[in-house]
Amino acid sequence: MEVTNHKALGKLQLIIMLSLRVPTPTSFDLRRFHAGDLGRRWRLSRDCLFSYSSNFVDRGIKFGVRSSKSDLVGFNAAEEETLPEGLQPELMPNHVAIIMDGNGRWAKNKGLQPWDGHRAGVEALREIVELCGKWGIQVLTVFAFSTDNWIRPRIEIDFLLSLFERTLKSELETLAKNNVRISIIGDSSKLPKSLLKVINEVEEATKSNTRLQLIVAVGYSGKYDVLQACRGIAQRVKDGEIEVEEIDERLIEQELETNCTEFPYPDLLIRTSGELRVSNFLLWQLAYTELFFAQELWPDFGRSGFIEALMSFQQRQRRFGGRKS
Amino acid sequence: MAERPGQLRRIGGGISQLLEKICGFSRRCVFRVLSMGPLPNHLAFIMDGNRRYAKKRGLEDGSGHKAGFSALMSMLQYCYELGIKYVTIYAFSIDNFRRKPEEVESLMDLMLEKINSLLEKESIVHQYGIRVYFIGNLALLNDQVRAAAEKVMNATAKNSRVVLLVCIAYNSTDEIVQAVKKSCIEASGNYKHGDTESGIEGMDMEKQEKRIQLVEIEENMQMSVAPDPDILIRSSGETRLSNFLLWQTGNSQLCSPAALWPEIGLRHLVWAILNFQRNYSYLEKRKKQL
Repeated sequence: MEVTNHKALGKLQLIIMLSLRVPTPTSFDLRRFHAGDLGRRWRLSRDCLFSYSSNFVDRGIKFGVRSSKSDLVGFNAAEEETLPEGLQPELMPNHVAIIMDGNGRWAKNKGLQPWDGHRAGVEALREIVELCGKWGIQVLTVFAFSTDNWIRPRIEIDFLLSLFERTLKSELETLAKNNVRISIIGDSSKLPKSLLKVINEVEEATKSNTRLQLIVAVGYSGKYDVLQACRGIAQRVKDGEIEVEEIDERLIEQELETNCTEFPYPDLLIRTSGELRVSNFLLWQLAYTELFFAQELWPDFGRSGFIEALMSFQQRQRRFGGRKS
Repeated sequence: MAERPGQLRRIGGGISQLLEKICGFSRRCVFRVLSMGPLPNHLAFIMDGNRRYAKKRGLEDGSGHKAGFSALMSMLQYCYELGIKYVTIYAFSIDNFRRKPEEVESLMDLMLEKINSLLEKESIVHQYGIRVYFIGNLALLNDQVRAAAEKVMNATAKNSRVVLLVCIAYNSTDEIVQAVKKSCIEASGNYKHGDTESGIEGMDMEKQEKRIQLVEIEENMQMSVAPDPDILIRSSGETRLSNFLLWQTGNSQLCSPAALWPEIGLRHLVWAILNFQRNYSYLEKRKKQL
């Protein structure tokens, strides 16, 4: 009797778990979004349709698959563009952070190799960088490679790092022309020398650009950043520059690697592919960041996903621990 | 005629007891089904939405927090019945001190009352053998609350079945600053120790400068008494961390039910755990690889 009960319970559990494999919409953001204006939803769909059609006309991209032919179309982040309807300019975030998750799964779904997914991911990133430049977002931080990712197969790591190197080299001119500044944060000790050289060149060449600052986190994790800040502070204490009692939040903030920007704290963090985790990205800096979890995989994220994330952000009430009276 | 109200009351009482028994039974059935799969070891709650609840129901300001407290007690009961060992709650943030003084004072009074009630015989602490920790910058609290908190911590120090961590006057950034300070003090203590060695040895010690390691910072965190949370649940639909457990929730499942904290119920807990179980095998694989 006990055994059959046990089996029945097990089966019930299995049914519940299997039924949950059907992807569900992200509970919080879509619900609040739906609660809003129907007219706005229609306008959003219309806007998406137009953006797709212009893609078809200009880029000749097949539906769902990005090709590298986007190089032929001018990348233009330098000109301002009026915001899509529904987005208010005064509520735009200063700093957006993105965890670009889902390249591997995207490639697997299409029967492609993982590196095709990463290539498609780079194309998606170009689109978002362009939009950030046009819509007046000051800083965009992207999580390209985490300290945890070092456990991936060597061949994938080598591909990723060489893709990164190639992309930096090929995009340098475009970024310079579009007034985009690049900064790289992360533990550079494990990166190959050729990549480090290119990184230095690119950072140096773009350091006086002002339109948009693109921060790429490579070999980075939130804990690593706090640890290296702590080591820096310990060194300063040892050198007699500061006393232990003087250590406070501002001091740590100055030592973090995000001190390369005027807006070190993201207002909005977007994670694609439906995972509801922060995965150790930007730990300290996320204290008051609004989180948005998108269901799409990163290569599919694009303009419409970005607009949805921004709209969700603009609806939020940020109180920073106080009260909205 | 005079017997009727008494009879009705007895019948009413009997019915509600029966309903309670049925609810308890169905809850235990649900928990047995859940226990077939992996269960989280540590749950964290951000109890957001008390004031909005009071406003929504047209109640006076303080009653939202009181309703929130009873929701908390139910939630703790469910967690410990299910067998979850660690529960952390975000009771009061350092940022909350910036609110109006009357509100802060009434919150402090409520917390003092509830902390003292934990020591009573009928409280949940004795029912489940809970060890209570108060995590945060306790120096910022008034003397009465701090004394009550320390009393509860001492009184429950011997309990070991389940653990409740109450984050009060807490900020994750403040916790990290304190841990960094301690690590720096330890590190400079190591340097001083090296300097007092004889001349030649002293030089060797300086060359082998010991860099602060990640585990040292983690050991100095106040939350090191518990493992990292598996699930973080924030009520009222807001999706942000609000400076809570930033260090510890790097790999936690984040849940954001739209219900305000006093409206939170068993169904939200069950949903969070089912989602956790869905992602469990993937996360375990990742943990093993790390």
